[in-house]
Amino acid sequence: MTARRKRIHLAAHFPGVDSTTVRADPRSRSQIEFASFEHLARTAERGLFDFFFLTEGLRPRGHRARIHDLDVVGRPESITVLNALAAVTERIGLAATVDATFNEPYELARRLASLDHLSRGRAAWNVVTSSDAFTGQNFRRGGFLDRADRYTRADEFVRTARELWDSWRPDGVSRPFAHRGRHFDIAGEFTVPRSPQGHPVVIQAGDSAEGREFAASTADVVFTRHGTLEAGRAFYADVKGRLARYGREPGELKIMHGVTVVLGDTAAEAQEKATEIRRQQVSPQNAILALEQSWGTDPSSYDPDGPLPDIDLVADSAIAQGRTRRGDTVALAEMGVPPLERSRERGRRGLSKEKGLSIRQTVIEASARQSFIGTPAAVAAELAEFVRADAADGFILVPHPTPGGLDEFVDRVVPLLQERGDFRTEYEGTTLRSHLGLPTPRWQG
Amino acid sequence: MTSSHGRGLLHLAAAVDLHAEYDAGAFVELVGLAERGALDFVTLGDSFARPGLDALAVLARAAPATGRIGLVPTVTTTHTEPFHVQAAVATLDWVSRGRAGWWIDVSRTEGEARLFGRRHAAPAEELWQEAGEVADAAARLWDSREDGAEIRDAETGWFIDRDKLHSVDFEGATFSVKGPSIVPRPPQGHPARIVDATEGPARRTAARFADVAVVRAVGREQTGAVREELRAAAAGFGRDPDGLKVLAGLVVDLGGGEHAAEPGHGGGGPRQTAQGPLYRGGPVDLAELIAAWHQAGAVDGFHLTPVEPRRDLERLVNGTVALLQHRGLFRTFYPGSTLREHLGLARPANRYAVTGGAS
Ligand SMILES: Cc1cc2nc3c(=O)[nH]c(=O)nc-3n(C[C@H](O)[C@H](O)[C@H](O)COP(=O)(O)O)c2cc1C
Repeated sequence: MTARRKRIHLAAHFPGVDSTTVRADPRSRSQIEFASFEHLARTAERGLFDFFFLTEGLRPRGHRARIHDLDVVGRPESITVLNALAAVTERIGLAATVDATFNEPYELARRLASLDHLSRGRAAWNVVTSSDAFTGQNFRRGGFLDRADRYTRADEFVRTARELWDSWRPDGVSRPFAHRGRHFDIAGEFTVPRSPQGHPVVIQAGDSAEGREFAASTADVVFTRHGTLEAGRAFYADVKGRLARYGREPGELKIMHGVTVVLGDTAAEAQEKATEIRRQQVSPQNAILALEQSWGTDPSSYDPDGPLPDIDLVADSAIAQGRTRRGDTVALAEMGVPPLERSRERGRRGLSKEKGLSIRQTVIEASARQSFIGTPAAVAAELAEFVRADAADGFILVPHPTPGGLDEFVDRVVPLLQERGDFRTEYEGTTLRSHLGLPTPRWQG
Repeated sequence: MTSSHGRGLLHLAAAVDLHAEYDAGAFVELVGLAERGALDFVTLGDSFARPGLDALAVLARAAPATGRIGLVPTVTTTHTEPFHVQAAVATLDWVSRGRAGWWIDVSRTEGEARLFGRRHAAPAEELWQEAGEVADAAARLWDSREDGAEIRDAETGWFIDRDKLHSVDFEGATFSVKGPSIVPRPPQGHPARIVDATEGPARRTAARFADVAVVRAVGREQTGAVREELRAAAAGFGRDPDGLKVLAGLVVDLGGGEHAAEPGHGGGGPRQTAQGPLYRGGPVDLAELIAAWHQAGAVDGFHLTPVEPRRDLERLVNGTVALLQHRGLFRTFYPGSTLREHLGLARPANRYAVTGGAS
């Protein structure tokens, strides 16, 4: 017999402020009503997914002091929704994105431990690290944090949270804690006993070298987006290669890509559907908006179906490097457009020239996420190949439309993955850590 | 008739505080029990110093498992971020479809301050001043997206009418918030805000911002006097005094059988203890007390904290409440679906909404 196949990990992402939500689609439902969250989470649980995932944004996206009116702006607060979802699901993990910059360790550690108790061991925290003053204007300390400091704070934040969780011994005895570091100087007693997972699962999203190092040193899961198999393999090797430095095994960190899946009865039909969805997602207005965001100029005089104009991008390199003060980096990451480096802009330009694409077509092509498009069998094979080739440990699926877009995947692809032996046929354990095959954290006395 | 002597509806609420309970099931059971009694709402206390789970988390967990009862967690304002607090409370309102409340409290001790390491403990006046600012900022943030801001216009591609989103630009003494909120305006417009107005420093904040004030006093007259004071102060802030419901807060011990265990107690009225005014006696006598205080116009209702939640809440619902219902003094079902409806409070108009087309 061959060794057991590397199992695929699957998660579902409820789109937040995001162009994946097409509200013109009659199947789209409210992005705020609890029923929508319940539908998607239950579907994901029916599909035996590892976790259900919510992103976060703390200020409506804007540009030139105006809020984008094309955006789906507005979402509930993640941890509260997940606590409610804990009531209508039983096994699936519940992952909240919460910024480490605009929170305090004691309070957040307590909220996460509470979620872990109330869900009986299914909590996860996606640690994001905003540095921008734009978002900071909503918070007590404002946006004081330098870009360079955001990962040092995030790192100390996670370590402090773990100290708090560890202040209760596994046998139920608690001790006072004291933490004194660069960002936090706190002491007292943590009021929540050790939760079912010991430590809620920690997820990291952020692609810089600092971000990868942070992930390698401390995260259980990395949420990333790397388009091609090659890019995925390079990222995977890079991040897993950093683990040894921290005395960690490759299996202790799962790498999961945010992806979309479009299914059809034939390859051609799937491709047609995918094109149609992208056209819905990138409306003419959205195409112009995407240019405006990356250029920082007002391109509204251009025809979205006309050719890409020749604008000197170097002129606005601050924006091209993702250093905008308005939080557009986060916005773009969430939209599925990775931080816009100049090279990417050049790529977009080349793409447009080479293929003779219009502005809208260019934006559609350039902002495409990793998509798996095809028949259920082809998609199942491709997903499995991605994992087998060490480009990923799994995927975070962004369904379209919300919330019903995952139904078809669960009904048609999951059974094929199971037949192939690439995916579980039942939940073996009850906690998210057990779904992910992660070790129980050692208690650090 | 559910009211008598023109006193307005009787409002009843109960605390579901369980000591050292970390499993959702026990809380859900208590909330469900209170809901069977058609109580207006349940409360769950919280403090960063008390052992226990995050109260808002627990009641969010209870929301899908219940249908009508109001859910009121304590959320303190001293070390928390106003922006996060309002978002969490608004979200509780979304997941419960309009049943959220917020018991506003402050963190007084140096011990709590040390858990955050950001500032030292402050005097009560300062803390309540800040709590008022947080309540104010929260309400502005709840208004910062008008109802109907979402237009989902397929034709133009507009999702949102940006004229219906508003910066709040709130500047308080200890914090500022830009806005608008990230959470759309909650179903109730403003989730109900509740303040324990027993102590002086909290009273101004209660009169100005609370929908429900709880007063912990042993006597009917004393409670009635505080109620009048709160109503007058509310009017002074330009509010309709009927928009502020005043509930008497009692700790209840119903372990003593049908009637008061000690003569002159229970039926004779609560007595002061370290945990607040304690009523000890039978469910029937408690019903008498509730009816008498309410009919005298001293209170709009009661907030009851059972000493032994499982036992006393059961007796409260099946004994006291059943009797009040039997006498037509308390509702037997929920005619409305939101906490504001239970309390007879209107859904607040949005301060930013432009009526009549002027801008
Ligand atoms: C896949 C992915 C998802 C992200 N999701 C969020 C999010 O939901 N909310 C948020 O504030 N930031 C989010 N971010 C932003 C990161 O936290 C971080 O601020 C950003 O990637 C810049 O960090 P970096 O330089 O390490 O990439 C996300 C980033 C990535 C790569």
